Amino acid sequence: MHPAYSVIFFTTASSTGYGALIWLVILAGTGATTPTFAFGAVTFVIALGLITAGLLSSTFHLGHPERAWRALSQWRSSWLSREGVAAVVTYVPALVFAAGWLLLGTVEGIWLWVGILAAILSAATVACTGMIYASLRAIPRWSNPLVVPLYLGFSLSSGAILMVTLAAIFGMTPGIWAWIAAAATALTWAMKKAYWRHIDTAAPTATAESATGLGEIGKVRLLESPNSSANYIMREMGYGIARKHAARLRTISMVTGALVPIVALVLAGFLGGMPALAAVVLALLGTAIGVLVERWLFFAEAQHSAMLYYGASDV
Amino acid sequence: MTSLPANPGTKKLGLVIDLDICVGCHACAVNCKEWNTGGHSAPLTDENPYGADPLGVWFNRVHTFEAGDGADGRTVHFPRSCLHCEQPACVTVCPTGASYKRETDGIVLVNAETCIGCKLCSWACPYGAREYDHADGVMKKCTLCIDRIENQNLPEEDRVPACVSTCPASARHFGDLGDPDSAVSRLVEERDGYDLMPEMDMAPVNKYLPPRAPARENPAMQAPALAPETPETEAEDGFLGWVDRMLSR
Amino acid sequence: MPDDIRPDDRYEHIDPSPDVSDEVKTTTCYMCACRRGIRVHLKGGAIRYIEGNRDHPVNKGVLCAKGSAGIMQHYSPARLSQPLRRVGPRGSGEFEAISWDEALQTAEDWLGSVRRTDPRKLAFFTGRDQSQSLTGFWASQFGTPNHAAHGGFCSVNMAAAGIYSIGGSFWEFGEPDWENTRYFMMFGVAEDHDSNPIKTGLGKLKTQGQAKFVSVNPVRTGYSAIADEWVGIRPGTDGLFVMALIHELLRNGKVDLEYLARYTNAHWLVRKAPGTAEDGLFVRDANGNPIAYDRNTDQLVDATQTDIAPAMRGSFPLHQATPGDGGAGGEAVPAFQLVLDRYLDGRYSPDAVAGETGIDADNIRRIAAELAHAAFEQEISLDVAWTDWAGNKHDKIVGRPVSMHAMRGISAHSNGFQTCRAIHLLQMLLGSIDCPGGFRYKPPFPRPAPPGPKPAGKPDQVSPGSPMVGPPLGFVTGPEDLLIDSAGQALRIDKAYSWDAPMAAHGMMHTVIRNAWAGDPYPIDVLFMFMANMSWNSSMNTSETIEMLTDTDPETGEYKIPKIIYADAFQSEMVAYADLILPDTTYLERWDCVSLLDRPICSADGPADAIRQPVVAPDRDVRPFQDVLIDLGARLGLPAFVSETGDPRYRGGYPDYLVHHERTPGVGPLAGWRGADGETHGVGQPNDDQLSRYIENGCFWSDEFAPDERYYKHANRAYLERAAKMGWIASPDPIVHQLYSEPLQKFKLAGQGFGAVVPPARYRDRIVEAFDPLPLWYQPFEDDHTDAQAYPIRALTQRPMAMYHSWGSQNAWLRQIHGWNPLYMNRKTAEDHGLVDGDRVLVESPYGSIRAQIALMEGCNADTVWTWNAIGKKRGAWNLSDDAPESTKGFLLNHLITDLLPPKDGYRFTNTDPITGQAAWFDLRVRVIKDDSRAADIDAEATTPRAPGVSKAPARSRYGAQFLPKSSWRRKRGGSPS
Ligand SMILES: Nc1nc2c(c(=O)[nH]1)N[C@H]1C(S)=C(S)[C@@H](COP(=O)(O)OP(=O)(O)OC[C@H]3O[C@@H](n4cnc5c(=O)[nH]c(N)nc54)[C@H](O)[C@@H]3O)O[C@H]1N2
Ligand SMILES: Nc1nc2c(c(=O)[nH]1)N[C@H]1C(S)=C(S)[C@@H](COP(=O)(O)OP(=O)(O)OC[C@H]3O[C@@H](n4cnc5c(=O)[nH]c(N)nc54)[C@H](O)[C@@H]3O)O[C@H]1N2
Ligand code: SF4
Ligand code: SF4
Ligand code: SF4
Ligand code: SF4
Ligand code: SF4
Ligand SMILES: [Mo]
Repeated sequence: MHPAYSVIFFTTASSTGYGALIWLVILAGTGATTPTFAFGAVTFVIALGLITAGLLSSTFHLGHPERAWRALSQWRSSWLSREGVAAVVTYVPALVFAAGWLLLGTVEGIWLWVGILAAILSAATVACTGMIYASLRAIPRWSNPLVVPLYLGFSLSSGAILMVTLAAIFGMTPGIWAWIAAAATALTWAMKKAYWRHIDTAAPTATAESATGLGEIGKVRLLESPNSSANYIMREMGYGIARKHAARLRTISMVTGALVPIVALVLAGFLGGMPALAAVVLALLGTAIGVLVERWLFFAEAQHSAMLYYGASDV
Repeated sequence: MTSLPANPGTKKLGLVIDLDICVGCHACAVNCKEWNTGGHSAPLTDENPYGADPLGVWFNRVHTFEAGDGADGRTVHFPRSCLHCEQPACVTVCPTGASYKRETDGIVLVNAETCIGCKLCSWACPYGAREYDHADGVMKKCTLCIDRIENQNLPEEDRVPACVSTCPASARHFGDLGDPDSAVSRLVEERDGYDLMPEMDMAPVNKYLPPRAPARENPAMQAPALAPETPETEAEDGFLGWVDRMLSR
Repeated sequence: MPDDIRPDDRYEHIDPSPDVSDEVKTTTCYMCACRRGIRVHLKGGAIRYIEGNRDHPVNKGVLCAKGSAGIMQHYSPARLSQPLRRVGPRGSGEFEAISWDEALQTAEDWLGSVRRTDPRKLAFFTGRDQSQSLTGFWASQFGTPNHAAHGGFCSVNMAAAGIYSIGGSFWEFGEPDWENTRYFMMFGVAEDHDSNPIKTGLGKLKTQGQAKFVSVNPVRTGYSAIADEWVGIRPGTDGLFVMALIHELLRNGKVDLEYLARYTNAHWLVRKAPGTAEDGLFVRDANGNPIAYDRNTDQLVDATQTDIAPAMRGSFPLHQATPGDGGAGGEAVPAFQLVLDRYLDGRYSPDAVAGETGIDADNIRRIAAELAHAAFEQEISLDVAWTDWAGNKHDKIVGRPVSMHAMRGISAHSNGFQTCRAIHLLQMLLGSIDCPGGFRYKPPFPRPAPPGPKPAGKPDQVSPGSPMVGPPLGFVTGPEDLLIDSAGQALRIDKAYSWDAPMAAHGMMHTVIRNAWAGDPYPIDVLFMFMANMSWNSSMNTSETIEMLTDTDPETGEYKIPKIIYADAFQSEMVAYADLILPDTTYLERWDCVSLLDRPICSADGPADAIRQPVVAPDRDVRPFQDVLIDLGARLGLPAFVSETGDPRYRGGYPDYLVHHERTPGVGPLAGWRGADGETHGVGQPNDDQLSRYIENGCFWSDEFAPDERYYKHANRAYLERAAKMGWIASPDPIVHQLYSEPLQKFKLAGQGFGAVVPPARYRDRIVEAFDPLPLWYQPFEDDHTDAQAYPIRALTQRPMAMYHSWGSQNAWLRQIHGWNPLYMNRKTAEDHGLVDGDRVLVESPYGSIRAQIALMEGCNADTVWTWNAIGKKRGAWNLSDDAPESTKGFLLNHLITDLLPPKDGYRFTNTDPITGQAAWFDLRVRVIKDDSRAADIDAEATTPRAPGVSKAPARSRYGAQFLPKSSWRRKRGGSPS
């Protein structure tokens, strides 16, 4: 699949934003932080900013952004519509929770429940995003039970790292939260490894033979494409990355997105002050790069069954 | 309503494509483009039409495959357009309801007035049958020529899709695949018409007729071998005697 | 309408019955030379839709890919828009716009002075012309023998071999009996001029499922893909394959002797008197009739009688008493005896030819058996009574349902004429010509084999200021008909009808530029061309051709070819090399005529002709070429184009000429609705109302033969009488298939030194070898010159079905299908070469090299590579961008093909068939070498600027948006015609 930057940015930015929001609620709910105005203000702005920027960027690639509101109508069947509805609805408790925190300085009682609602809706939004991909049978490697957990995992782990970093900036000692973020990161990347193993080894779902129905004659190969320059389908679905490059990029993403953050976070849990801050900032940077590369690969490595008509032998 | 029709009618309009006689001439593809660029989905924009990498919207495209190895294999021309699936993911993924399946005849369409151009439906279609028009910012696709098949301004015999009416080899057939007695259904029955990628669970309406194995029972292929070349048949009245024998009959 | 309220309206309201157009006009397609009837829908003055005309006898409603892309051709940004005069050097593409007055005055000046001094100094060649009955006539009126159209580089081998053998031919002049055939063999066809009827026929044949379809072709694409059996023959060896089939059939007595005796010259006695001037000629009686040996009476009798029992084999001594003996003595054998002698020889056995053809001997034997089985065990009999030419009544029409079709894969080789004759011989032996289930003639064929008239252009037939007595093209029957001077040198600029190409029935457009440049046989002054991209894809040896077009005389600084006038509708590669450009209209803007005098569109069941009418008015300062030619004819005072008073005779231009011109009394360009009342068809007085009658009828005229006229046309009394009445043949005499070709023997005798007209020494061997009265096979000439070790692979082109030669590439839709061309190669061969799919390679012949990207396939003869024809473009031509894939990735194979063979005794023969001069495109041998360097291709070297009046090509085409309702936002996004 063509790795469109707007989609990569959307899925990574909003998901980190939602993750951060969820962790903010958890921090507040567990009393790990008190609703100080400055920390709250910055965190809300960043989390909701990431969410909003992501959502906006996702409308940039629409042919008719001015009609984007229509996308809320088909929640009964469309995961994209559900995602849109969830995203919009999430703003309500999130903003109410933010209001309680920032204006009233409270995150307790009903305010906490509103926060929990925001967290649940955030997770639901991220899960909807995952479902958009997981439900596409045409991209067999995506219709895989790991996709939704992965989306949630990346949201929670990168959100956690962001949150820990913000907290550290505001002078909190990361402590156990760094280890929780490390654990989330480790778990997520463990799932990612499983995902990769799956896409590398799963039997093909469809083949050039089943796509054409000519398998009884023998092996099917494309002789002539219908057009000598790339058409829409070839440009949109035909992005293919060589295995060699994919392997290298996987390593880069693992090192930057998993190894570096996990080590940094484990260390950060032992540290305080500037060293801890440095460690979590390093973790954040690593995760940003790692997740962007991972997300790019998520698209670039996915083969669409339509390409069976354009020379792919199986998907 | 992006959900599939709750009470689909029995009518399933679609195409049956005979791979046994398609010569890969692209007439159906170009005629489709010609009809549709001025029709319901007008225009079918062409980007960079006279430059490098031209990119145009086409509803029908003709591929050519080889199946099997060496000289024993076959070359098969393979036209491909929307299959008007009974369970089309392109419809259910659509967030706006712009993509829909008609109840009356099962035709899958896109409403250009409400499509936001998110392209998700094109990701969902396993067959690569949807075409994005960058200039219009909306998804387009084979309409099964809705502006022809019931068009009272056209003579009755022209009320078939453009691709069907133009096909020089008569490799394309149009009709109601929901009616087991229709000509197309019977053709599918007789010729073992099949679905593309059944594993995708889209239940395509369009069917493909497989290339026939050379009909061994065909009398033309039942020829007894001629006499082997032996010195005897080459003897004077062996191989020339027949001339006299035949003449003196 | 209540229909409008449907459940689906909640999704979207759609009007199921939108208006399609305000007006429909019929005319004739010209997206290629196949001439289908079309209906053009117009909306608001623009072309909404072009569809096949259901009523048209040829296409019956279908339309091919090219025809369906007519809109994009008509609105092409490469259209020329005004007359041009060259201002920069040739090839630079620098022009200035001039008025038509100026353009016509210039042409008149140039042509007038030639005509007054030496009309041969005009070479008028008209390429893909469909108005040859006008252009040939014009040339003859001008007085120059130097005229031809594209046939010489196209498929003259096919036409000539057919016409000299059976009085008709494959190409577009005949068709298989699709309904009744049981075995159909197709040789070397990718697309053909009969393309839609072939597709329709194959579809029908396969759907009926009663016949077997065998395709003999080195490449398995297109039609071959749907064949029941693909025979992946090695190029250039079909003759051997066919002769092996003949060998098998003869050996087994699977031959229709009755048919041979009745319809062919198989029983005619041929004199065997080696070393005499009579050797190999038919023995004739005092009346000139051929002789046969009648076994009933044991007499030598007139072979054309029907009540004889002719001997088909044996040998009969000739003596003084023999009728017409002439004293030469010797012995005589039926021609069929010679057939037996030749083809029963072991060198034509399947085992002997298997190696050369690459076809397994068992397969050859099986195919021969299948042919025999289909012909003799599956006889077709139609319950239709008919009468043969001699008056014998038959109560059934019986046929041997084996049909064949062949095209350029056979003819575009230097052995193509004889190979094609071999196929006709096979048909004759099976008795399957114009019978139910067999190959069928389309009228006006069959014609006598060969028909008259002979080509004009002998020294006494050409003189300043006056017309020639006859047409420049015709059919020779012996050396005395050649257009040569007393030294044996060619009289025509293309050397057609000289010893270089004695039976060049269609002329040799492909040699004109070379000969004019070299001044061989003489220099010319004006080269006037129409509709042929001669500096590019229709030229062998494109690179040198470009040099010759631009070469100057070092002394005078003048171009070697002094003046070039060219009429094209588009900015093709050739435009840049002309001095004066006469811009033509598109096919939707003009009158045209598809005449029975020219290349007809008849079917085997009846004659037809057609017109083109303007369906839209030109929006540029362009004129139909035919109008221009008629205008020039009048300005030059050509007798047929001026009245007695010297005024223009056809003031109304081409439509006026179509209606009022009479070639012979009562015979004009159009056969329909003649006579004062417009009710006569064929021969009749001009009818002022004729064109409107055509338009009323959908722009064509067609007629149907009665059931008893449809078969055995060569010997069918009812048919022959009708044909004579229509003026297709001079008299209703039977047309005898020439199993044995006496004209060929006459040339052979001349080669042996007999007769009044003999070739100069250097031609002798080649004439003696090639001009064999019975089909024979020899290696394609390239093989004699090219080291097979160094250049082991044969390189071919094929027509893409969705592209027409060079002119499809300006088409926004078609070029998306074929924007560049790979070199296709057998997967196994590639492996042996260490090549993988997509590799960039250098393709080299002894004459040049090009770069290409390879694509691998299974269905390709292992010794063959091929590519789509004429996709590669010169940079900047056709108003394509400089980075268009046509010039950056695509390539033109012609750069590797030579027009001349290496010198032999100081003379370079053309790379053509020695009999007809047919260009031997497919003899090419190459080698393929992996090459990753990205150095520029020859094709991409220089760019050509846009000619004045040719506007910049748009970056986006939204054709069709203009038909949306005014309120539509999609229409507002833009909808200008491309
Ligand atoms: N390698 C290789 N070369 C080949 C062949 C092959 O098989 N292989 N095939 C050969 C054969 S059979 C042929 S017939 C030739 C064909 O080659 P050409 O005769 O050169 O044919 P086209 O490329 O169609 O170009 C004819 C010209 O007609 C112009 N034209 C188109 N429409 C009109 C019109 O309405 N009016 C006017 N005045 N001009 C118009 C086009 O712009 C173009 O310049 O190619 C030959 N060359
Ligand atoms: N779409 C389209 N239609 C056209 C044209 C076009 O340009 N485009 N051009 C028109 C013109 S001008 C012409 S002349 C006709 C020509 O129509 P075709 O005769 O069909 O022309 P080619 O494409 O040259 O096809 C030659 C075929 O012969 C095969 N071949 C080559 N060498 C051999 C051989 O030695 N033996 C055998 N058995 N096969 C061989 C090639 O693989 C190829 O399939 O088409 C006309 N129709
Ligand atoms: S028009 Fe008919 S024969 Fe030609 S490609 Fe389409 S389906 Fe095949
Ligand atoms: S073929 Fe694709 S676009 Fe057409 S209905 Fe099926 S899923 Fe939808
Ligand atoms: S592109 Fe249009 S039709 Fe397709 S899913 Fe999006 S809104 Fe629906
Ligand atoms: S049915 Fe109509 S829209 Fe669909 S492929 Fe055929 S011509 Fe095109
Ligand atoms: S074959 Fe195609 S382009 Fe040629 S005349 Fe027929 S419809 Fe037109
Ligand atoms: Mo041709």
